Amino acid sequence: MKIKEILKYPFDSSIIIRKRKAIRRELIKKNITRKLKIAILGGSTTSELINVIELFLLNQGYLVTFYESDYNKFFEDAVFDNTKLLAFSPDVIYIHTTHHNITEYPSLVASNEEVETIFQSELSKFEYIWTSLEKYKCPIIQNNFDLPLNRSLGNLDCYNVHGKSYFLNRLNLNFSKRAQSNKSLYINDINYLSASIGLNNWHDKNLWFTAKHAVSFDAIPALGNNIVSIILAILGGSKKCLVLDLDNTLWGGVIGDDGLSGIKLGKESSLGEAYLQFQSYIKELKQRGIILAVCSKNNHEIAKEGFMHSDSILVFEDFTSFKANWDPKNLNIEKIANEINIGLNSLVFIDDSAMEREIVALQLPSVSVPNVGNNILDFIDFIERNNYFETVNISGDDLKRNAFYAENIERKKQKAVFENYQDFLFSLNMKAEIKPFSNIYIDRITQLVNKTNQFNVTTRRYKLNEIETIASKDNFISFYGKLSDKFGDNGLISVLIGEVLNRSCIIDTWLMSCRVLKRDMEFAMFHMLIKECKAKNLRNIIGIYKRTNKNDMVSSLFSDLGFKFIREEVDGSVVWEFEIIDYLQKKTTIKIN
Amino acid sequence: MTRAELFEKVQEIFRDIFDDENLIIKESTNSNDIDDWDSLNHINLVVAIESEVKIKFNLEEVSTLKDVGAMLDLILLKK
Repeated sequence: MKIKEILKYPFDSSIIIRKRKAIRRELIKKNITRKLKIAILGGSTTSELINVIELFLLNQGYLVTFYESDYNKFFEDAVFDNTKLLAFSPDVIYIHTTHHNITEYPSLVASNEEVETIFQSELSKFEYIWTSLEKYKCPIIQNNFDLPLNRSLGNLDCYNVHGKSYFLNRLNLNFSKRAQSNKSLYINDINYLSASIGLNNWHDKNLWFTAKHAVSFDAIPALGNNIVSIILAILGGSKKCLVLDLDNTLWGGVIGDDGLSGIKLGKESSLGEAYLQFQSYIKELKQRGIILAVCSKNNHEIAKEGFMHSDSILVFEDFTSFKANWDPKNLNIEKIANEINIGLNSLVFIDDSAMEREIVALQLPSVSVPNVGNNILDFIDFIERNNYFETVNISGDDLKRNAFYAENIERKKQKAVFENYQDFLFSLNMKAEIKPFSNIYIDRITQLVNKTNQFNVTTRRYKLNEIETIASKDNFISFYGKLSDKFGDNGLISVLIGEVLNRSCIIDTWLMSCRVLKRDMEFAMFHMLIKECKAKNLRNIIGIYKRTNKNDMVSSLFSDLGFKFIREEVDGSVVWEFEIIDYLQKKTTIKIN
Repeated sequence: MTRAELFEKVQEIFRDIFDDENLIIKESTNSNDIDDWDSLNHINLVVAIESEVKIKFNLEEVSTLKDVGAMLDLILLKK
């Protein structure tokens, strides 16, 4: 059980609340120095909410002390002289009121004037609270109102002047207007939160009647997280930069293989439309000041080309930093943070690959890495419901930003969890199945042969029947490779075809899907090829690299494997030779067959 | 679920809520035996049991859960 994961969306309230004390014990083991005093003035039971707020703040590096009003004494505590609260000297005051705290709703027979009086009296009760709290000279976070679960007027409840929903919605609008002009008043939008959770789950009648909890335990973590993110935003601790992968994150498919016309982006397909929506959301974040960066395993020029797509909402210039190369992502993300000159703790990294997420999360623990999964439809929720980019002011937060930059001068370099990349590969428990072509895989092999562009030494294309012929002939060596690791099965991702001629094996085709690059799979394939060549008593292997504008990544494959340069042909192909007797098995990170 | 299996689950819940890995409960264990077992933690126990064994107690039932034995009786009745 990783604490960091527990306190992230999606929240499992049963674990958070049940194991609260154990989680707290873990969190306070860390060296936490920042302190915060929060006064909670409640209109219902606040004990569990306080516990959860404490967990989220501990997780953000704050030791919190609380002032908790007596049950339902939010009004009295706020407006009357309160020496205890004055002595406490809060950094933040949070007023936890809900629809249960409405003093009086208009009766059905009330005249328009009476309705207005009742409304104004309710509003002024809260205005009185806010004015009275000014003397504490600190931010005030005020809940707006959730809707009750039941409404005796039915749909009319939301537009009849006597309706409770109408009354509450009007109050909410007026709370918003007050917060526009009162710079120390911040709204905790439980009206939205309860709707997004669902009123049926937000309310728990049992808990209300037995213990006067106005919000269900299921909803408390989301509520606590919401409050904490407002506090962090006030303190200038929200995230600043969104780092994005490209393939299967900003568009569907792999640009290096599928090409600009092959990636899924745009209204032509439902998947393409979903990626478009994600891009549009990111553009909105950018427009309100979130810095964007790209971190992708790709060829720089090819990656850049993706943003030339006619439907792309994001353009290359939207990204302050653009890292498309084959280095480990944790190194690139460190470079991004340095370039933009912000701390790693201001970065949020989104990638559809579980492996990349794990590398970054382990190597750079202060980077936020939500486990977005690989379904594009979920990505926005993971960004939004973790409240990474919560903001309390859209234009003028320069003062806070200065404080923020000053803090980051003390940034320390992250200590690597793994000594080196090799150790990381070992930790993946990779297993490969590398065997001669067999009928059940002919379709997939043909597909790979025809779409792989980047890791492909000759880029020869074959039809299905041609692959079948190769599989059946004795003078061909053929291998497919499948790779699985502790995160799951990557499927069939590599193909190797060699033709045997006079004790030589000439590599006709060798390709690999980009999703398993830098996993040593090429060494595993080569090992099996050598084994087969030895069994056939061959002398050498001839490799030919045919340059295309997409396969630069394998230009040094043969020399990396220890092949000797023979010659360059007129058409630019390079011929390499490997003496089988020279083969030394590399320390392997993959278990074969 | 047998009473013994249920007992194990309830014991785990008690250990989590009261943050004591070695806590041993008995059928007769009640709020006098555990210092932290106040009304707030009583609600935490009830909610944790509800979510663990997928039942809902009704209003009167919550206040009848005086000791572990009473909890087991009622859960088994409702399962």
